[in-house]
Amino acid sequence: MSSNPRKGAERSRIKGRTLLEIRDLKIEGESNDVWHPIVKGIDLTLRSGEVLGLVGESGAGKSTLGLAAMGYVRPGCRFVSGSVAFDGLDLLKTSEAARRAIMGSRIAYVAQSAAASFNPAQKIIDQTVETAVDHGIMSRSDAEADARNLFRMLHLPQPDSIGERYPHQVSGGQLQRAMTAMAMSCRPELIVFDEPTTALDVTTQVEVLAAMRDIVERFNTAAIYITHDLAVVAQMAHRIMVLRHGLVVEEAPTREILTAPKQAYTRSLWAVRKLRKAEEPGGDVLLRMRGVSAAYGTVPVLDDVSIDLPRGRTLSVVGESGSGKSTLARVITGLLAPSKGEVLFEGKPLSRALAGRDRETLRKIQMIYQSADTALNPRQRIGEIIGRPLELYLGITGKARDRRVVELLEMIELDERYVDRLPGELSGGQKQRISIARALAADPTLIICDEVTSALDQIVQEEILTLLMRLQRETEVSYLFITHDIATVRAISDHVVVMCQGRVVQQGLKSEVLSPPHPAYTELLLSSVPEMDPDWLTRLLDREKKTSRPG
Amino acid sequence: MHPVLRTALQRMGLSLLTLFLVSVIIFSSLAMLPGGFAETVLGQSATPETIAAFNHALGLDRPAYIRYFEWVAHALQGDFGYSYAGVGGSVKRSVADVIAPRLYNTFFLAIMTAIVAVPLALFLGVLTALYRNGWFDRIVNATTLTTIAMPEFFVAYVLMVLFAIKYRWFYSLSTIDPSTPFWEHVYRAVLPAVTLMLVTVAYMMRMTRAAIINLLASPHIEMARLKGISPAMIILRHALPNAWGPIVTVIAFSLAYLVVGVVVVEVVFVYPGIGQLMVDAVSSRDVPVVQGCTLIFAVTYIVLNLIADVIGVVTNPRLLHPK
Amino acid sequence: MTAGHPKSPRARRGRFAAVRRELSKAPLSAWFAMIVIAIYAFCAIFAPLIAPHGEAEIVGKGYMPGGWHADFLLGTDQIGRDIFSRLIYGARNTIGVALVATIISFFIGIAVGVLAALNRGWFDQVMSRIADALLAMPALIFALMLLAIFGKGMLNLIVILALLDATRVFRLSRAAAMNVVVMDFVEAARLRGEGTGWIVFKEIIPNILAPLVTEFGLRFCFVFLTISALSFLGVGIQPPTADWGSMVAENKSLITYGNLTPLYAAGAIVLLTVAVNFLVDWLLYRTSGLRDEQ
Repeated sequence: MSSNPRKGAERSRIKGRTLLEIRDLKIEGESNDVWHPIVKGIDLTLRSGEVLGLVGESGAGKSTLGLAAMGYVRPGCRFVSGSVAFDGLDLLKTSEAARRAIMGSRIAYVAQSAAASFNPAQKIIDQTVETAVDHGIMSRSDAEADARNLFRMLHLPQPDSIGERYPHQVSGGQLQRAMTAMAMSCRPELIVFDEPTTALDVTTQVEVLAAMRDIVERFNTAAIYITHDLAVVAQMAHRIMVLRHGLVVEEAPTREILTAPKQAYTRSLWAVRKLRKAEEPGGDVLLRMRGVSAAYGTVPVLDDVSIDLPRGRTLSVVGESGSGKSTLARVITGLLAPSKGEVLFEGKPLSRALAGRDRETLRKIQMIYQSADTALNPRQRIGEIIGRPLELYLGITGKARDRRVVELLEMIELDERYVDRLPGELSGGQKQRISIARALAADPTLIICDEVTSALDQIVQEEILTLLMRLQRETEVSYLFITHDIATVRAISDHVVVMCQGRVVQQGLKSEVLSPPHPAYTELLLSSVPEMDPDWLTRLLDREKKTSRPG
Repeated sequence: MHPVLRTALQRMGLSLLTLFLVSVIIFSSLAMLPGGFAETVLGQSATPETIAAFNHALGLDRPAYIRYFEWVAHALQGDFGYSYAGVGGSVKRSVADVIAPRLYNTFFLAIMTAIVAVPLALFLGVLTALYRNGWFDRIVNATTLTTIAMPEFFVAYVLMVLFAIKYRWFYSLSTIDPSTPFWEHVYRAVLPAVTLMLVTVAYMMRMTRAAIINLLASPHIEMARLKGISPAMIILRHALPNAWGPIVTVIAFSLAYLVVGVVVVEVVFVYPGIGQLMVDAVSSRDVPVVQGCTLIFAVTYIVLNLIADVIGVVTNPRLLHPK
Repeated sequence: MTAGHPKSPRARRGRFAAVRRELSKAPLSAWFAMIVIAIYAFCAIFAPLIAPHGEAEIVGKGYMPGGWHADFLLGTDQIGRDIFSRLIYGARNTIGVALVATIISFFIGIAVGVLAALNRGWFDQVMSRIADALLAMPALIFALMLLAIFGKGMLNLIVILALLDATRVFRLSRAAAMNVVVMDFVEAARLRGEGTGWIVFKEIIPNILAPLVTEFGLRFCFVFLTISALSFLGVGIQPPTADWGSMVAENKSLITYGNLTPLYAAGAIVLLTVAVNFLVDWLLYRTSGLRDEQ
């Protein structure tokens, strides 16, 4: 089965009666014996066959709201007031048994992590047909035949036999589609998708998105699509609702909200992708890798990698999970000795192992990690964290150290009030700023940034990237920027290296790499990145039909 | 090789290694005996000549590793040497003869306890997990916490005062000999068994509760709930198949705990088991008997843990159905 | 090693306030536990001032009855020593021995555990195998065996229990340290060029202290109960030193006559272990609750 060519206009189907009506819903969550509001009074209406996108940053309450649409709250949360009417029946007032009869058969759920949401001890087919058989909707053999049919519609490989496997025996993208089949098995009127593609690589994400959209349309199922990714939701939803701190910020049809957002907060969410650095080629080479190969035990991870990073510039290393981009960082820092090749820093070869490097070399190469939560010792105060490199490398102690710590805090747009705080008292963005200050304290020549923005909300990401660019202008520091996110690459790079399965696929100036013609893998990678255009996925699928997709 | 088989064999190998180390520790403890083996047996007044003769007669003048292998070889055939208690006298009693009837009594008591304690603890554990934070759970939690904190002899004496002295339902001392009929044996072992039960049920129940709560919090159980599956089916199809590993671990741990608790309880009720034998042997420093008892306790402990390990491996779907 | 950044009084006041706030929220069981532990500590420290008679002093005939107006509050034991006084001295002896053994076991266990987590490889392998072998025997049984070989006595008792318990502390601190060692901030410290001392004392130990503190309570209970059991069996703390476990054993024949004297000492043991368990239970609950907040 192939997807039909569609135009955006055709996707806005005729919408039927009101299916779901949420009125003034309030939900609280408990932590440490205190109840605090998560959802603070939300109204939501969904017609049959309509897809509503719920967008928001972490803590906006979008997952809680999505589950509430099924009349369910997680343990540790409770409904305070309001109503959730599904087809006229208030799910919050009805009996447990009546709600159970609806769950699975008329409202279904697709979770973020398919790997964790499948029972590891049961075959996929058994779990797919379970609801249909338990609710007495189909006989077991009919349900199995139907499940195989759904697997086929969702473009799963070997649809007739894949159900016989156990969840851990298939890939993440396949499992996510199998979960969609499971949700579809009773032909529900409403499906709640809770960040279903967040854990997937971009190239896998495209396939899963296309399969999900296709099947929802085919059966005219209404859906609530929860995500933090605007470009993704733009492909899926007819209407988008923006949430923040448990309240609705704005709600409008997809095209309208993308082109003319009314609220400042919505606009700021949109703005992130406009950040651009003007590219500069740069002069002398600061870091040069020549024919580097590396392995974990016997598993090869890097294969003959050669890259150049000019002084004072930013080199982005982009690739999907398993491409070897983080291993690259481990080789440069000396945590993993290369099996072949060498790394030259300021023209001199770096010792392969960490133990062989002198303090001055260690000082010059600093690292910032993806998760500031684990990169900062939770038991050390900010002053101690930033002050330590000053003592260790530069011998600055006492009053001078305290003064320098405050200067560094000011460089990252914080102030002396933070000196005595613990990392746990800071927000995610502030913690990442502290990581940056710690790296800056060493007065380095090169900073390796390993996915430094991917754990952050979009607005915070932009702030961090802007800060990093300003610091580069002020201190002439060079960045090696490891990321899987093309938008980040566009924003910050001078040079780009594309990696796939341990090899360098393409490298050069940002303008060269990001504009055609591309090698096949770069093409696939770039074309898979969702754009803020509701027709993007449709166009991509149309184009693929003409020229079979590379990869 | 199938991953299940490979992992199971690995675990067995590890257990054998542990057993080897344990036997070395037990054996070398004899060699570390202050004053030496002979002096302990013959007394302080022994002359160097008699000690040398004694050592030669018992083969103690040969290298330690040879004696170790002999000891292991003999132990494997159930021969643990001779009790010191007989050395001075006319009758030499072999350790095996001393231990065997006692071992039967101890296993009798342990099995009697386990038959009631294991199902009861699992039932209570699942129940408190399902109704967690309710009044039932809170009461059971406080009770078990208190029970765990009590030494066995306290529980034993309280039961004795209540049920053997205030109400004369049971004997305060569990005197038993090989001629005691089976049901009389059961009757006389009731108080020691109830004491052990109270203590092990508390442990086992808390561990079961924790394991089940941990399991019920996993995303695939939430998914089953959202699929509208009935609570009974959730437990049966989605929780239990993934719970065997943790539950068996709990049972093995508790049975192992039982083995230890037996020592004190046997002394309180003067029940003629291996625990009491060991305590007597420790008091009189009858080292071969102590070694024999220790080895039996250790083997029981290791085998129980191995069984739990292997069942955990065999019921793990990721190992059972490799990619 | 250089000193940490000076803490401002503001931060310290904040912490005191947090402790007060937590205490005000403590449940009844925790208050009960803290009061009981305080009373025991007081008795243990000031035993000679509180006890009306000497520890091993024979002050009357055997088995004299007790009562509020009698000379001896709880009567006398089989050879005429004041049971009340011996209970108070027992607090000092039993708790003292258990505390010393637990402290030693924590020093050894944490040191070896953290080093093993930091230097995986042969050191870790050897230590883990030894711990496995020692843990493969029930502690009480092993202690009995070692006591048979090395003989009874206070010093032997402390050393044997400390070593046996250290294997359990080793396991726990190794596991806790392993969770910390894989953290990026430890890698960052390595990349910065910090030595082992800094990494152990500044990066790892502060982060494993919280679980170890609650574990200390549980280990103390375990050691304390093991000592009581050994003393009850007659191979632990030896007479005439007053000790709760042996006091139960010394007077156990009274039980058959319905006299509850032996249960006083047993009750003293129970009250303390129950209190420590309640306190640990509350601490565990509190730390697990705090996690979301920080």
